[in-house]
Amino acid sequence: MGIATDPTPRGALAHPDVENYDEVNRDVLRALETPGKGWWALLGLMVAGIGVFFGAWGWQLYKGIGVSGLNSPVGWGVYITTFVFWVGIAHSGTLISAILFLFRAPWRQSIYRAAEAMTVFAVMTAGLFPLIHVGRLWHAYWLIPYPNSRFLWPNFKSPLVWDVFAITTYFTVSATFFYLGTIPDIAAARDRATGLRKKFYQVISLGWRGTDQQWHHFGKAYIFLAALAAPLVLSVHSVVSWDFAMTIVPGWHATIFAPYFVAGAIFSGVAMVITLVVPMRKIFGLEAYLTTKHFDAMAKLCLLTSLIVLYAYMSEFFLAWYSGEEIERTAFWNRAFGDYWWATWIMLTCNGLVPIMLWFKRIRHSIPAMFVISIFINIGMWFERYVIVVTSLHHEYEPFAWGIYRPSVTEMCILFGSFCWFGFWFLLFTRLLPPIAIQELKEVMPAPMRRPRTEAH
Amino acid sequence: MATSSGLLASYEYLDSTVDAIEALRKAGFEQIKAYTPYPEAHIEAALGYDQSPIRVWTLVSALTGTATGFAFTVWTSVDWPLVVGGKPMVSIPAYVIIAFELTILFGAIGTVIGLFVLSRLPSIKPPVVYDPEFSSGRYGVYVEAESARLDEARKIMNDQEPVELREGEGEADA
Repeated sequence: MGIATDPTPRGALAHPDVENYDEVNRDVLRALETPGKGWWALLGLMVAGIGVFFGAWGWQLYKGIGVSGLNSPVGWGVYITTFVFWVGIAHSGTLISAILFLFRAPWRQSIYRAAEAMTVFAVMTAGLFPLIHVGRLWHAYWLIPYPNSRFLWPNFKSPLVWDVFAITTYFTVSATFFYLGTIPDIAAARDRATGLRKKFYQVISLGWRGTDQQWHHFGKAYIFLAALAAPLVLSVHSVVSWDFAMTIVPGWHATIFAPYFVAGAIFSGVAMVITLVVPMRKIFGLEAYLTTKHFDAMAKLCLLTSLIVLYAYMSEFFLAWYSGEEIERTAFWNRAFGDYWWATWIMLTCNGLVPIMLWFKRIRHSIPAMFVISIFINIGMWFERYVIVVTSLHHEYEPFAWGIYRPSVTEMCILFGSFCWFGFWFLLFTRLLPPIAIQELKEVMPAPMRRPRTEAH
Repeated sequence: MATSSGLLASYEYLDSTVDAIEALRKAGFEQIKAYTPYPEAHIEAALGYDQSPIRVWTLVSALTGTATGFAFTVWTSVDWPLVVGGKPMVSIPAYVIIAFELTILFGAIGTVIGLFVLSRLPSIKPPVVYDPEFSSGRYGVYVEAESARLDEARKIMNDQEPVELREGEGEADA
């Protein structure tokens, strides 16, 4: 009878400075209290940015797609680049919440809620870009698989239709996974809140009580959802990459694309988690929960994926040369030294060169350094997609069809506004839902025992 | 059940909670409910839990998704035959992607529906037996018994030094 006590020394715990369960509730739920001036100021900025976003989009709807720089031969530009960028950002959230959950990584607990929220909002942002890109928004419902007036169905052999299925599934599953994992924490928020907030949490906690029966089914459901989300996350960016790889455009038509895109997605996503979590930790005083241990682990994940991405860049150049194919060789020579050489070199610098610093423990343990590096990676990964999309299209097979693409002001406004749209949702999240997973933190903390900890049974 | 009522104890320590549950079960009490701030394997073991039937929900709905994905794509290709890109009318490799995505989608939705059905969520009615401390740092044990045996249960629960012990009227939440 009785249970064996866990003899782990305090220093080996994931959060050695957190004393007991009540403290977790107090510290995490404090973030939900009355927001400060800084939060309102940021929210105001984001709302203004969303104004720019919808203003520019409205302008494009009014004048037509011609206000963007898109024209023959470059029909895919900033919109598709930014779509792929945001889908990529989404990926690390599911990686941290699902794949690292299945692998029982001991450092994911305090990060995964923010990462998952980031996933949901990034997919929400990405999902707008196909709608912007199609130009005639009023025909966007054609994306939905249904038969047209002549009973002709969409072509299910097309990667663009696969993409619709992949993105909608990804959004549904990641939003469900995010909400489900938050329910017990919403219940914790409900039990401390008063007034209108209590009513709000009462409704969205669905009457969660934390009974043995609820936890029993919840735990199993969570494992199955994680097991479903893990292959999904790998599939989504593979499908996005096939939008490119299934064509015959030089620079796109490569079998390496799926793993190359998935690694790039995780790389950019982890960088974005760092970018978001550093200020969050500071503003809400969550230093005891997000320690250098967590940043070190994320830095190592960045380093690993950076090496994979760098390897992919190198092998693309090598294979272009090794193939002996004139057009392929020209495409890659053009990529490095052509009209868009600067974009390629920004990409190589930010994604290949800057992350080399992560080999050093001093840098991995310095939070300001990590923040700066993560921003470099974000920039580099946006340029990676820009390089892939634009340099391949502007320089295809026939020289008479070559051309130059320049993003217009409208496109830049929409790109800028998309960050504000994303930031707006993330700011709301930090004030409305517990930004750190309360119940999962408790799982990795030593349980309170009446019998002394050293006594073994 | 008209003559039965319940007792709710809240404990500060995990081992006292587990001991209380084990002692209650040994004494023959059947209607035991535990409240924990996080999923606790020791308490589930003390209550004698087995596999959750949720896995059936996941499996059946995921396989329904696979079947739907293939059936839908194959049917639409045959329904309005049109050769695209010189590929066969029914191109299974291309349809694997649709079937895969629908497997995940249906599987996830089925799992959530299963969870809601099995753990009786959402339950909006205010609970009779609950303490806000259970979502923070305390463990709760609720036992329902006939009035005649209530004193016996009270003694067992008191043996483990609860922070609080009170009588609960009526039925506890799921």
